[in-house]
Amino acid sequence: MDSTPDTQPSVPAPSAAARTVLEGPDIARALTRIAHEIVERAKGADDVVLLGIPTRGVFLARRLADKLREITELPLPVGSLDITMYRDDLRLRPARALARTDIPGEGVDGRLVVLVDDVLFSGRTIRAALDALGDIGRPRAVQLAVLVDRGHRELPIRADYVGKNIPTSLRETVKVQLTEEDGRDGVLLGVREPAPSGER
Amino acid sequence: MKRHLISATDLTRDDAVLILDTAEELARVADRPIKKLPTLRGRTVVNLFFEDSTRTRISFEAAAKRLSADVINFSAKGSSVSKGESLKDTALTLEAMGADAVVIRHHDSGAPHRLATSDWIGGCVVNAGDGTHEHPTQALLDAFTLRRRLTEGPNGGVGGDLEGRRVTIVGDILHSRVARSNLHLLTTLGAEVTVVAPPTLLPIGVAHWPCAVSYDLDSVLSKSDAVMMLRVQRERMNAAYFPTEREYARRYGLDGDRMARMPEHAVVMHPGPMNRGMEITAEVADSPRCTAVEQVSGGVSVRMAVLYLLLGGAGPADTTPADTTRSDENGQPA
Repeated sequence: MDSTPDTQPSVPAPSAAARTVLEGPDIARALTRIAHEIVERAKGADDVVLLGIPTRGVFLARRLADKLREITELPLPVGSLDITMYRDDLRLRPARALARTDIPGEGVDGRLVVLVDDVLFSGRTIRAALDALGDIGRPRAVQLAVLVDRGHRELPIRADYVGKNIPTSLRETVKVQLTEEDGRDGVLLGVREPAPSGER
Repeated sequence: MKRHLISATDLTRDDAVLILDTAEELARVADRPIKKLPTLRGRTVVNLFFEDSTRTRISFEAAAKRLSADVINFSAKGSSVSKGESLKDTALTLEAMGADAVVIRHHDSGAPHRLATSDWIGGCVVNAGDGTHEHPTQALLDAFTLRRRLTEGPNGGVGGDLEGRRVTIVGDILHSRVARSNLHLLTTLGAEVTVVAPPTLLPIGVAHWPCAVSYDLDSVLSKSDAVMMLRVQRERMNAAYFPTEREYARRYGLDGDRMARMPEHAVVMHPGPMNRGMEITAEVADSPRCTAVEQVSGGVSVRMAVLYLLLGGAGPADTTPADTTRSDENGQPA
């Protein structure tokens, strides 16, 4: 979902140490490349369904769908998949608000589902997404596209399409900003404040 | 959010909107091939019913099961209560079984409050109707139905409240826990409430309630966005509150003529069970403007939302403002 395994991550009071590692045009180029890779690997992308993981994964999925439409000249189903109810850390914090799950009318059965998220970190979000997807239908295959892979996996999960690999230390935060949600495009690398609750 | 749901007054506007929004998301689970979420796996919900109920009990049971909780149904009939066991001893038994939540319906007003404020049980308490006091989940599902029906656009009012909507509650206000909970919740959500009843069926102190009072149904119909008809509770009426049923139906019942005088968008609500021919005619009950069936189907989603928000995390949901931009993670359980 985000830079940290928790949902509402440290929007790093970015002032101090945060530095921009990807600018708007870099993000656009990365998405264009991922779109081409999807078409190449799926040999045409005609049974692809894009499912974004809220919040920013959904915007990325919509942007990818636009790029894919330019390439294939076919409209492509795009939706969102909320994973809140499937998280493995629900009981560590007060109950969270849910985000929208919106499965395109065609469903996912027998299709190639590409999950889209902004940052791949522990892999726990994707584990939850796979569980959520299993309750919705049976895709032909599931692939994963992320804008940033920052490493530190805690589960055997990897991405099929990566916008940019950013090696990080656990003390760092990765924050993706998108115009739809944050008013600007960019990826910020910051330093995590020593967390008072000491999670992780 | 508070840890227990005893009264509609326990909810702030943000709490109530969060419950309605969560219910709106959970309602979509009902359209899936697998109508189940793993969220409350390993948690135990006890339905403790000292009073007859079909709708509410089934709805709470379905809600808990869709969230994968273990459900224990306890009804006073055929249990040790009929042998004279007290509420306290029943509660201690449930605690010994490890109940994470107790959904209680009781014929005495205040029983859920007693259960929540005693140290008999550690789980959270959800009031499913107590005496003539409150029935908060009914009010929530009424608000859920109202928001859906009265808000245009694809979003069905998600994120919004009922600001400026005019709701008229008609009938046995004196005995109705549904009326009390609705009055508080609808007011919290910004609606303007008018209660209409014969003077004998209004409680003492109604003048201090945050609502308008009228004895004349016809004068308020044309200004209502929703009319909520209450059941005449014969079982609670040990005195003569009105001369004859026929006179009550004529003055306070909703028939086709009266419905025609309501604004075009206005809906008719009824918490059920209906007395057809008494407070509502069959013509009105069966018309598409009557939301009684929607109210029942919304009930499961709303109760799922309540159970999830109370039990799903380490503590009840946090509704401090600006939830989405919260920067640190040490949200203290309330």
